[in-house]
Amino acid sequence: MNKNDQAQPAISLRGVSKRYGDLQALSDVSFDIKKGEFFGLLGPNGAGKSTLISALAGLLKLNHGSISILGADVEKDYRQARLNLGVVPQEIVMDPFFTVRETLQFQSGYFGLRNNDVWIDELLEQLGLSDKADANMRKLSGGMKRRVLIAQALVHKPQVLVLDEPTAGVDVELRQSMWRFVRRLHREGHTIVLTTHYLEEAEELCDRIAIINKGQLLALETKEDLLARGLGSKLLVKAKNTIKLIPDEYRERIARHEGNEIELTIHRDSDSVMDILDNLRAASIDIDYVSVLSDSLEDVFVRMTGNTEVSQIESNEVQA
Amino acid sequence: MNWTATFTLLSKEVTRWRKVWMQTVLAPVVTALLYLLVFGHVLEGRVEVFPGVSYTAFLIPGLLMMTVIQNAFANTSSSLIQSKVMGSIVFILLPPFSAFEMFLAYIGAAILRGLAVGVGVFLLAIFYVQVPVENFFVIMAFAILGSYVMGALGLIAGMWAEKFDQIAAFQSFLIVPLTFLSGVFYSIKSLPPIWYQLSKANPFFYMIDGFRYGFFGQSDQPVLLSLGVMLVATAVLTIICVNMLKSGYKLRDA
Ligand SMILES: Nc1ncnc2c1ncn2[C@@H]1O[C@H](COP(=O)(O)OP(=O)(O)O)[C@@H](O)[C@H]1O
Ligand SMILES: [Mg+2]
Repeated sequence: MNKNDQAQPAISLRGVSKRYGDLQALSDVSFDIKKGEFFGLLGPNGAGKSTLISALAGLLKLNHGSISILGADVEKDYRQARLNLGVVPQEIVMDPFFTVRETLQFQSGYFGLRNNDVWIDELLEQLGLSDKADANMRKLSGGMKRRVLIAQALVHKPQVLVLDEPTAGVDVELRQSMWRFVRRLHREGHTIVLTTHYLEEAEELCDRIAIINKGQLLALETKEDLLARGLGSKLLVKAKNTIKLIPDEYRERIARHEGNEIELTIHRDSDSVMDILDNLRAASIDIDYVSVLSDSLEDVFVRMTGNTEVSQIESNEVQA
Repeated sequence: MNWTATFTLLSKEVTRWRKVWMQTVLAPVVTALLYLLVFGHVLEGRVEVFPGVSYTAFLIPGLLMMTVIQNAFANTSSSLIQSKVMGSIVFILLPPFSAFEMFLAYIGAAILRGLAVGVGVFLLAIFYVQVPVENFFVIMAFAILGSYVMGALGLIAGMWAEKFDQIAAFQSFLIVPLTFLSGVFYSIKSLPPIWYQLSKANPFFYMIDGFRYGFFGQSDQPVLLSLGVMLVATAVLTIICVNMLKSGYKLRDA
């Protein structure tokens, strides 16, 4: 096992399947996450993201398949696999008996590290928890508990850090400082795997993105490829007057129509914007302004997963 | 074997009960003393179990052991069910613990809690009545083996249970009856023959009988037999617990 071998993936999944009763939570998922990547795992609620992360962490038994972390099999070589991995769970959990520092000292010890206080202090500092070091876990706000979870995942300086929706229910300011820290870890060479419901976060941070739905891997591409997938974009046309009549051939493509503005769905590969504009002019629409709106990751996501309620997911999460 | 990891988990488990010592140490000590005062007062002079041993003195080792083992059981079972219900069990499941390391840490903490409670009861009880100490090593051996066995049973209960009341049921319907029927308050020789035979099938009886030998040098059954029963129980429960932990029974598939 050569750790310097760049070709060795940070995480490798092969034919991973997990069933809960009748529910196929993961079905035959195979892909690699490269060393040093900032990797996004997207999918609607219940897609199987957390299940996948539990599988990486050895928190559940697979029905089929195998997973390795930096070459260490999660089952057969579990000690090395777990040393290589830090996991921030989705749910906020804590041990109410202890202070923040005790929590981190115990967690260090579990990984075989004694006298880890220099690193613990740095983590506390970086995560803005220094003044809470001796506070009992119960006394912390939700955002602080979340940051302690991040610190706990990092006590043993794992090469690979997995964050399961770390920003759900965290305010904007905190989110920013959290990402600054995670970006720094990434710059320092850590592999970062992130699941999130905030698609703009993934769009901003991730190099590559996997989209899963109903336990299946739907896509795995670089962010740029995913965005430029040729799946489509929109043509915005503003006319000088109210648009009343639209040529029949475009009727089904109307995404929006308000007064003198109209948005048409277009396919980058098969449509010619010039032809469309010509046809509109021929239908006596006096064009004033034209713009092509490109897809956001959200559009791609919605189209791939058929999930049109991305924005509602968050509010559901908060309730749960 | 990672000793740092094992020792850290042990010390976390000990810190857990130490921080709430009123509830985990003082309360059971007080309960045991109340038993001693009430039963000792009511039955003193009416029952003589061993020649030359007062009933209250006879009662002390039984009460001591009962308190020790109930607390050893409570320690592992409540720690596990609590961290399962609250989800903090992931902090134990994510690090590279082997099943045996986890087992040792949990059992170690249960033994230490058992001994802490036992010492508490003993120190207060000897103010009340003189108890001989025939063989200190036998006393310690049975206290440690008893806590070990009960800590292991608590571990099994904690892994199996999904809710607190299932632990309570385990305690009320299994642990408490077996303890009360094991000769804590009487010698099983005083029982009708059928109950005498049944009592001898109760493994808890050997815990208390051997422990009592350590104080009086007298017992119902030979002390080596009791020791043998305890060692077998220890071995069997170790194998069961380590295998359950290794398979992640109700821990790694939740
Ligand atoms: N322990 C479990 N028992 C039964 N079903 C589960 C369990 N954990 C997750 N599931 C189900 O598996 C599916 C995937 O869940 P999850 O991985 O949490 O999704 P995500 O994290 O993408 O929202 C969901 O339908 C969920 O209800
Ligand atoms: Mg999830």
